Amino acid sequence: MVVTLSPSSASPSGLADHFDQAWRSPLESLLGLGSAAGADLVEVFLERTDHLGVLAEQERITSVSPAFGTGAGIRVFRGERDGFVSTNDLSEAGLRRALEQALGMLGLVAPSLANPGPSGFNGLASLRDFGASKTPWLGACPTLAEATTRLLEGTDRLERHGAHLQARRGSYARDWQEVLVAASDGTFARDIRLHQSLGLTVLAADGEHRASAGRRYGSSGRPEHLAQWDVEASAQEVCTSAGTMLYSDYVEACQVPVVLANRFGGVIFHEACGHLLETTQVERGTTPFADQVGELIAHEAVTAIDEGLSEGAFGSLSMDDEGMEPQRTVLIENGVLRRFLSDRAGERRTGHERTGSGRRQSHAFAAASRMRNTYIAAGPHSPEELIASVEKGLYCKAMGGGSVGPTGQFNFAVEEGYLIEDGQLTKPVKGATLIGEAKEVMPRISMCANDLELAAGFCGSVSGSIFVTVGQPHIKVDSITVGGR
Amino acid sequence: MDKLDAPALRSRIETFAKAQGIGRWDLGAASSNDSSVQVDRGEAKQMKAAQRSSITVRVWNGDGLVGITSTSDLSDSGLQKALAGAHDASAFGNPDDCPAFSPLATAPLQVLEQPLHEPRGILELLTSLKDAERQLLDRHPALTTVPYNGLAERSSERIYLNSDGACRAQQLTTASVYLYARAEQAGRKPRSAGAVRLAYGAADLDLAGCITEAADRTIAHLDYAPIATGHYTCVFSPEAFLDLIGAFSSLFNARAVLDGVSLSSRSSLGQSLAVPFLSIAVNGLHPGNIGASSFDGEGTPTRRLSLVEGGVLQNFLHSEATARAFGVAPTGHAGLGAKVSVGPDWFEIGATPGAAGAALGLDRHAASGQGGAGLVLIDSLSALHAGVKASQGSFSLPFDGWLLQGGAARSIEAATVAGDIRTLLNAIVGFEGEAKVTPDGLCPHVWVEGLSITGEA
Repeated sequence: MVVTLSPSSASPSGLADHFDQAWRSPLESLLGLGSAAGADLVEVFLERTDHLGVLAEQERITSVSPAFGTGAGIRVFRGERDGFVSTNDLSEAGLRRALEQALGMLGLVAPSLANPGPSGFNGLASLRDFGASKTPWLGACPTLAEATTRLLEGTDRLERHGAHLQARRGSYARDWQEVLVAASDGTFARDIRLHQSLGLTVLAADGEHRASAGRRYGSSGRPEHLAQWDVEASAQEVCTSAGTMLYSDYVEACQVPVVLANRFGGVIFHEACGHLLETTQVERGTTPFADQVGELIAHEAVTAIDEGLSEGAFGSLSMDDEGMEPQRTVLIENGVLRRFLSDRAGERRTGHERTGSGRRQSHAFAAASRMRNTYIAAGPHSPEELIASVEKGLYCKAMGGGSVGPTGQFNFAVEEGYLIEDGQLTKPVKGATLIGEAKEVMPRISMCANDLELAAGFCGSVSGSIFVTVGQPHIKVDSITVGGR
Repeated sequence: MDKLDAPALRSRIETFAKAQGIGRWDLGAASSNDSSVQVDRGEAKQMKAAQRSSITVRVWNGDGLVGITSTSDLSDSGLQKALAGAHDASAFGNPDDCPAFSPLATAPLQVLEQPLHEPRGILELLTSLKDAERQLLDRHPALTTVPYNGLAERSSERIYLNSDGACRAQQLTTASVYLYARAEQAGRKPRSAGAVRLAYGAADLDLAGCITEAADRTIAHLDYAPIATGHYTCVFSPEAFLDLIGAFSSLFNARAVLDGVSLSSRSSLGQSLAVPFLSIAVNGLHPGNIGASSFDGEGTPTRRLSLVEGGVLQNFLHSEATARAFGVAPTGHAGLGAKVSVGPDWFEIGATPGAAGAALGLDRHAASGQGGAGLVLIDSLSALHAGVKASQGSFSLPFDGWLLQGGAARSIEAATVAGDIRTLLNAIVGFEGEAKVTPDGLCPHVWVEGLSITGEA
């Protein structure tokens, strides 16, 4: 197919306030030029965003931060190499300049507009419009007045339920995004995403004793999320945690069995194993599991899943940032490694088939294989059975953030912990950090309870910060290093 | 890069603001061109470039309340929408803490020695990085890959304008390289370490030094062993100590003090915070601070500020609003927002001149030969975002380092260091070696006694 960027075609710069069929012609022109230049694949990602952040402290709204923007990311593949250019300039000239720059990175030269020459590009497929039914979402979100009222209700509830509170905060963020993905393999897809998160945090202080506690709640595709938020329950949970931890002792360093609570306890799998099952890690040679598909890498009690399908979950999506519909990907089944998470680049470079996991923070990042909703499946036990099975150990009720290094060493912080003594929860402790190596800890997850729950979070990695869900039932790890004092 | 045209931008904003009935406004705008490359075993892995532009406008409404909006759309319609959004947001401005223009927004700026470099181009960057990767891998047979690497160059410009006539502008070019190598030996766990270098242009980057440091550090971790859990005297590398102080910088942050989330309070000024020989200052103007800003988000000039002298807290970092609340001048450490953030720029840490009590000229190698439990050299800290509780003062952090014992250094397999920042600041024994210039500041090795180390069994 020979295509031209015709001066008489609609100007993309006039289309920046919406993404639809009108973009077909200019995008086909760009993709055709890239293909004619010798690229194996050209992909254009267009984005419009609308963000609102609100912060309440004590009895005041202290920050309202709206932001909006547009941008494009153009990626060109040739063999296993790729060049990526991002720009805020969606004009015809701006997009062409970005394409030429990406082609130049791979030693390719865009043909002239007048004589583009032959191309292997056969035009875009019909538009798959996942966003068609989502147009009302932004208008259905809470107004600024409603958001501020709700947050002040939250900080008021904190004041009512808490003791010794030195600071009370409520925060709300609404991220709306419209994307259009077009690629020279014919991909042409549009979506609208809506993510909302809200949180309550407190700092309690009494003399030398200090404790902070917080909870975040997130959803996707639910404009009514803030209105349906159970402020009372959230405030009670946060204040109970802070009150419990205020006078607690610091944990002593030890190597013991631990029981990790459900919901955000899933950060252990996310950090210890999930990242190592992304093809970006296979490409880098930084996962110990690269050649272990079909082999036992975890305890037989462990089945782990990553999917983008759970309705309303923070990591759910109708299509990934490469235009592919997400899947339910069984990563580990009864301890056996089944599958890696893969994107376009991962498929080209490692051979692992795409899983609808190509994700990016924004147009400024090239997509990479990333997790979506990732969790360990429920097991047969009750949470009480797990705790009862531990003679001396640690119960991690609330977890903080964590990270994994290039050699598979992971760590994460325990926000609210309790000693387990003779199968019973005893005194609360704080200041614990769990550390270990993925390859060693996965076989030690020996019991899974029957109370799987998910929790919203943010994950930062090669393609920026993205919305994810972690999750698990209560699980027992037979032995792990607990960093403390 | 399309140059930001401050007079033209002012003219457009004035026109649009007037049309919307907005008489008082300020803005920060930035644009940048970035190019970067990554390589993998002799091949280009990814090459990236970006053209970015952004603007944040702040407006004051008729009641004197402030609203802001940010956008990457610098078109006329984008600016008009941003002004309207900021005006709408101003209805929710905080009457108890309303920012104003900095009284120093038109004060003279110090001229910085920041040479502007022409970009070398992405293909030249690629050639340089491939060569650096090859040289690094040639240093030792155990060095198998450099999984995290990058060579980047950037040209950028930022401006600050306000409706009272203030106009700040700064152009900058910078370049950076990082090499993070991985070493593997049969039957042993993989080990990794890295190095970073910054410069004003890619041609000035110390690639050889970066290669040598990355190789030496990674190789030095090959011979590793677990460390017994216990309390040790620790020697923090300059980078590690600066990371820790940065993570607890709310100690010096007037915004955090006013918000009640700092360990410090108004009455902490003049009080002892650390051993009587410790000095901490911020000095964004230091020539070692590559990419220094000559003014902050509110247009206030950057300057050196003593935070701790002789162990005593001397000053807080301020924005215009916090300075007004404390009755002092802004210090040049503000962002731009409805609620203005405050943060440090570049630290200078060392012994207070003339103060007694500091052990100077410490030598970890000599000390490690004197028997006992040994010294722990903390080379780099990880996961500060998760392991530091700044408002509580506690930390529990994984680290890379070595146990120095019996005159020898052995890499620590995996461990965490935990404690309380106030206790740590009062357990400093002294300093070792000359202060080193790092991307985050200037600092010598710092000795601290009695820290809790947890080793992985």
